[in-house]
Amino acid sequence: MDIIVCCKQIIDPEIPPSNLKIDETGKKIITPSGTASVISPFDMHAVEAALRIKDKLSGKITILSLGNNFVREVVKKPLAMGADELILLEDEAFDGLDSWAAAHALAAAIRKIGRYDLILCGRQAADWDNGQVGIGIAEFLGIPAVTLAKQIEIVDTKVRIERLLPDGYETIETILPALITVTNELGDPRYASVKGVLAAKKKTPTIWNKTDISLDVPHSKLLKVFQPIKEKQCQMVKADNPAEAGAKLALKLREAKAV
Amino acid sequence: MREYKGIMVLGEVSEGKLNSVTAELLACARLLADSLKEKVSCVLFGSRASDFSQEVIALGADRVYLVQNSLLDNYQAETYLYALEQMVSMGLPNILLFGQTAMGRDLAPRLAFRLRVGLVTDCLELSIDSAKKNLLMTKPVYGGSARAVFASDFFPQMATVRQKAFSPLPRDEKRTGQVIECIIIDPAVLQAELKTKVIGKKIEEYSGVKLEAAKVIVCGGRGIGGPEGFKKLEELARVLKGAVGASRPPCDQGWMPASLQIGLTGKIVVPDLYIVVGVSGSSQHLAGCSGAKVIVAINSDPEANIFKEADFGIVGRWQEVLPAFIEKLKELTKDA
Ligand SMILES: Cc1cc2nc3c(=O)[nH]c(=O)nc-3n(C[C@H](O)[C@H](O)[C@H](O)COP(=O)(O)OP(=O)(O)OC[C@H]3O[C@@H](n4cnc5c(N)ncnc54)[C@H](O)[C@@H]3O)c2cc1C
Repeated sequence: MDIIVCCKQIIDPEIPPSNLKIDETGKKIITPSGTASVISPFDMHAVEAALRIKDKLSGKITILSLGNNFVREVVKKPLAMGADELILLEDEAFDGLDSWAAAHALAAAIRKIGRYDLILCGRQAADWDNGQVGIGIAEFLGIPAVTLAKQIEIVDTKVRIERLLPDGYETIETILPALITVTNELGDPRYASVKGVLAAKKKTPTIWNKTDISLDVPHSKLLKVFQPIKEKQCQMVKADNPAEAGAKLALKLREAKAV
Repeated sequence: MREYKGIMVLGEVSEGKLNSVTAELLACARLLADSLKEKVSCVLFGSRASDFSQEVIALGADRVYLVQNSLLDNYQAETYLYALEQMVSMGLPNILLFGQTAMGRDLAPRLAFRLRVGLVTDCLELSIDSAKKNLLMTKPVYGGSARAVFASDFFPQMATVRQKAFSPLPRDEKRTGQVIECIIIDPAVLQAELKTKVIGKKIEEYSGVKLEAAKVIVCGGRGIGGPEGFKKLEELARVLKGAVGASRPPCDQGWMPASLQIGLTGKIVVPDLYIVVGVSGSSQHLAGCSGAKVIVAINSDPEANIFKEADFGIVGRWQEVLPAFIEKLKELTKDA
């Protein structure tokens, strides 16, 4: 089983909103230096999904990352968890691509890799939350796409997916090769073992730049980024002890006609 | 060459009813259409599509396109893509809108890549640039900590719109519109070649008031500590005739079913009262509840971000605050 997992390096999505700033171009989000970069969390769930398949069936997992200025320890994390190979599409030109151009570049890289049975992506990148690139790759490659997998099982020459619905899930069967996007309901990504970390250190990523991968024009134009202004003022309910505060809160809510 | 004209909305029907997001999309489309002096059309799929024509007209559509085919009764990606692609090539809309729903999330990107056009997902605001007359699409990014405005030079200009971002127009039963039954190449021809098949479905029933319909929601987070803690929240919800929801960690931990998750990747709710306990207030969580009329936060950490979004707050452990809060509420709501 040859599995490719697309992993995006992003700013830690759980940093406090107040740490995000907009630069003078009004088009870019910047963070204080030292802010951690991570692989987008849903992509880590996709890595976990790939590893679970490899645990059962054996095979090869290739990690594919598109962007610029990769932090080596960050992008190598999937290798430490048990993935086999890392390909970095690293170029200044690959910074800030829209979903169209990103899917186009990743599909081109996947064609260049050539062999694949399964391509996994996170359900959406946790920075721009577009949720389009996985489906786009599948469309460019002409293979089926199934989104929001919470479980993936290979059954002979097919793949069976439990796909998350708002109130449950549906089971979908499709042919291989296929592209599947993974949601956190799949379960937490495993920790890297010490052995894994050491093995990952020794591996050198393959690097492709814009001369290796053709770029297409973006299909959506970013005009500006801004931060919404908050005007809420929280009324803190205080009392001698928490129980009294609780009772007082009930009275306040009655006063405000909220209950 | 024909021009791209008009605003097209893909309507959604679930459990025999028009989905509320369709009414919201029609209101949004109406604004755009009026500023462009163009018309709003609504596409409805499924064997009972015609049942809803009058309703979508009353809610703002000028034209309804019906594709009454039982293969379109339930969402299946390939079949819907096949049918919608035909509708778009016939209708050539200037703007094409979907809800950011389970269906919209899955279908809109497929169609955008198929048509080779741009798409902006999960928009909170849509407007027309007064000079260029193109669509400006504003979406939250970084979980909601910032917003980004996009435009596209490709037609149709496509967007998915977050649920509850727009209020439906009041129903005007006197509005008239055109209802057109569309003949498309029957998706039946596709059935033998479908690459993906739905082979089963499991719906998780959760007893209690449904989140989407609840006027009061009590939401617990990681700070609740386990499934037993949620019993106390259920008690509070019962007193207020409300529903219980959760942030992501309680769902990930299996304390609560995933269908009760509120937030960016869960449900979007707009209750009158949102009582949020043991939740830190990440932007991804707030994405699902910031439209609530009154937000009440109970958290042991005075620095928690949730207090920046709340109307009322108590710093304290829920174990100590809730019992007295519930008792007092029981007393106050006794005669209601
Ligand atoms: C792309 C993306 C999408 C996401 N989508 C969602 C989503 O849809 N919904 C969602 O909720 N999250 C989502 N998340 C996760 C989100 O970023 C946060 O991790 C999550 O919301 C945190 O949940 P929490 O507030 O319950 O937990 P924590 O952040 O761990 O907060 C727990 C809080 O409980 C308080 N506490 C502890 N003990 C007590 C006590 N005894 N009494 C009172 N208070 C106590 C603590 O002070 C703390 O503030 C998403 C993340 C990403 C990256």
